[in-house]
Amino acid sequence: MERLKTADVGQVAIAVVLLAGAIALLVCSLGSTKFATSTVAGVALGLVYGSLALALVLIYQATHVINFAQGELAMFTTYIAYQLIQWGLSYWEAFFATLAIAFLLGTVLQVAVIRPVQHRSVIATVIVTVGLFILIDGVVNWIWGGSFRSLPSPFGIASYDVGGVPIEHLWVWQAGVVLAGLAGVWALFRFTKLGLAMRAAALRPASAALAGVRVEVMLAIGWGLAALLGAVAGLMTEPSQYFLDQAFMQPILVYAFAAAALGGLESPAGAVVGGIAIGVLQTLMVGYVPQITSELQLPLAFALILAVLLVKPNGLFGRRQVQRV
Amino acid sequence: MRRRLPAVVSVPGVAGVLVVLPFILSSYHTFLAAEVGVFFVAVLGLNILTGYTGQISIGHGAFMAIGGYTTAVMSRDHHTNLILTILVAFAICFVVGLLFGLPALRLSGAYLALATFALAISVPQLPLQWSRYLGGSGGVQSPETKGNVWIYGAAWSVSAVLFLLAWLILRGRVGRAFRAVRDSEIAAVASGVEIGVYKTLAFGISAAYCGAAGALFVIASNGFAQPDQFNVALSLQLLIGAAVAGLGSLWGILAGAAFVGLLPNISPSVPIIGSEQGRDVVYGLLVVLVMLVLPGGLAGLPARLRSLRRGLNRKSKPVKLRGSSSQ
Repeated sequence: MERLKTADVGQVAIAVVLLAGAIALLVCSLGSTKFATSTVAGVALGLVYGSLALALVLIYQATHVINFAQGELAMFTTYIAYQLIQWGLSYWEAFFATLAIAFLLGTVLQVAVIRPVQHRSVIATVIVTVGLFILIDGVVNWIWGGSFRSLPSPFGIASYDVGGVPIEHLWVWQAGVVLAGLAGVWALFRFTKLGLAMRAAALRPASAALAGVRVEVMLAIGWGLAALLGAVAGLMTEPSQYFLDQAFMQPILVYAFAAAALGGLESPAGAVVGGIAIGVLQTLMVGYVPQITSELQLPLAFALILAVLLVKPNGLFGRRQVQRV
Repeated sequence: MRRRLPAVVSVPGVAGVLVVLPFILSSYHTFLAAEVGVFFVAVLGLNILTGYTGQISIGHGAFMAIGGYTTAVMSRDHHTNLILTILVAFAICFVVGLLFGLPALRLSGAYLALATFALAISVPQLPLQWSRYLGGSGGVQSPETKGNVWIYGAAWSVSAVLFLLAWLILRGRVGRAFRAVRDSEIAAVASGVEIGVYKTLAFGISAAYCGAAGALFVIASNGFAQPDQFNVALSLQLLIGAAVAGLGSLWGILAGAAFVGLLPNISPSVPIIGSEQGRDVVYGLLVVLVMLVLPGGLAGLPARLRSLRRGLNRKSKPVKLRGSSSQ
């Protein structure tokens, strides 16, 4: 019981710190236009990180595997959206078609290459995802490589003016679309029978199977959902790029890793909060600390994550894992 | 039990072939063979960590970077003998590996993978930050460059020494402890194995091996060290090499090293795999296929073939990671 209490105190402390951080951001934003702009940009960026981080968490929860190909999968689906638009679809038609394709792609990949190895060992599965990383890179390079391409941005480059603070349309759309995606996934897990079955399959596969849940099917759907969330992240990252490039999701994936680790790999909410925290921190650092060069951004983000992991080995929101030794 | 060539035959056999090779190969092919030797050292080291101890690392390219820069900087500033720099790189990376392993190995499975990934991302950025000493994106050029045969000799001599060292480490008490940690941490603790000590030791040893490989790598690229050489892709390649190699076989590690060392060097005139994108496709496909079809990596190939021939669908022994990975 004592132990449980200290864990609770820790959770409360983290919640208080996060709340205090949010309030501090709000107060500073009210005081300074530049700060407010940076914060809003950071939140939008952070939500994109959070979306990809949630994709990682979905897969991690179910199979204890980190999908290193998640970012490349998102990049691949963004190229598919590009192709669909080239074929004459409007942006939003292509957007939803891409989500459907991404879902299918994720499911098929899980069935074809992940399922055969996932019972063998975590290392084997991780290596398969690393193989997929390289494979997808090569395929995209093969099909679309060679020339500069870019998606038409549906959001334009104009800004809203909120009490003197310029807020780019892009940020509002990024945040809105990602939030809609997250809400959809949350609702699926919270309110549908399918979601319940998926949670059961992830948490207690053996018991779920005994209760009649088709665990393998649930895992495949989980991969599909993860690919879908990744596609949302990819499509929402793309407008902030100058042109499409095979590597454009790699830094996003790294920050998503950081976000997922920060939140605790087991916690969907933690992934999103972690993403926002990292996004805001990043834009504020870029805006206010000129010593942080672009070279130092990534290592610094990771130093922070390492520090957090050393204090709380299961992330900020992770459950303490009980191990019988 | 697996039947295979006894070590008394295969090890001197391989050594003999390696001694003869530079006399029959062209200069360019000798260089390629040297490159394989460099990766032999790295894959061997990583194999001690992933294969024997069951800990994953996606960041050993970082140790190659540290080793490589050690060689380049020592040679530039002090004109140190290159062989000596390999030793120093080995020692430095051993210490750095221990220091990193100490906290990182409190993390298990996926978190460890992420922490080592952070290492792979961060270390190549450091030369850009301290460009006055480490040359920035322009890199560090050692004044001393060597011929292909010299590089070949150095790479494979180091390989031989470190292979012997690995054999000595793994055959005794330490090797048993490593395998115990891999197979079941719980059983290992119950048998009095200090998990933390052995995990950290394995991490340090594998880091040291990769440091030596990094030093050789820089020597093989004309004494030039540059951040781009040590990017994340290198770390991924090492992991893939170790996975392809499978567990604890000279042949497997040779195959893994050849896989990693030769594939990027295939000439552009070859159809499909000559181009970069085609190579990526083939590379990725091969990795996925090897993992799907050969649970034990290439080291498991003969056993796998035998079991297929016998019509038994019994799987050869997989590289297991139980205990350390799942909760």
